[in-house]
Amino acid sequence: MQNRRETLKQSLAVAGLLGATGLFPQHAFAFNRAAFDAKNIADAVKAYGASAPVESKDVSLTAPDIAENGAVVPMAVASTLPNLKHLLVLVEKNPNALVAKFDVSDAVEPNFATRAKMGQTSDVFAVAITKDNKAFFTKKEVKVTLGGCGG
Amino acid sequence: MADPMRIRAQMQGDKAVVRVLMSHEMETGQRKDSAGKVIPAWHISEVTATHNGKPVLSAEWGPAVAKNPFLQFTLKGAKAGDKVAITWKDNRGETRTDEATVS
Repeated sequence: MQNRRETLKQSLAVAGLLGATGLFPQHAFAFNRAAFDAKNIADAVKAYGASAPVESKDVSLTAPDIAENGAVVPMAVASTLPNLKHLLVLVEKNPNALVAKFDVSDAVEPNFATRAKMGQTSDVFAVAITKDNKAFFTKKEVKVTLGGCGG
Repeated sequence: MADPMRIRAQMQGDKAVVRVLMSHEMETGQRKDSAGKVIPAWHISEVTATHNGKPVLSAEWGPAVAKNPFLQFTLKGAKAGDKVAITWKDNRGETRTDEATVS
């Protein structure tokens, strides 16, 4: 007999497969649902088919030490690695870790900036995935002050 | 809905720095309304950029990107007068494209 947990697991797997083949009706475009549903960094990176990330100095992350407002935290990722495929921004303690994924092409510098939401003080990860599916990361702790009177 | 994006593309040396401000609610799907019901997620999920019609960048965003998202990237081999177009698509299937000229 199937219990609830198994059923859930199976439906997740099916959803993942559908998403991977682009058959998921609601997300008919190439949106990687599995990666954005991942609760931790390793799963999100895995959803892009990369190996476990290793720390590297060739990936850089620019984020404030203290964010007074967790709703708008500026962050920038960059990398000097060759053969880059994706650059990811992840916040470890957010409900879903992955914030954004950028595809690197020859026409743009591997350097992107955006603003993210953070639920609480957490490590922010920048992950670079190369064309041979190796992943490299760098991390930085960003403190989120709740009172709003930063300092 | 969907107000226009604000796009600024400026030359810096032989590269163009493109800054985009999109207008979007970016609802996370975590918050609850006053009746305790979860407000469904509503966020930009895909962003693409073209340079003179040629695709140069694509990105996937989750709900954790801040409200009224900001994006900055650097375009190689651009020159003044080039056209940069940005398109976003949200998880409700709504989409918007805006274009700017590199200066």
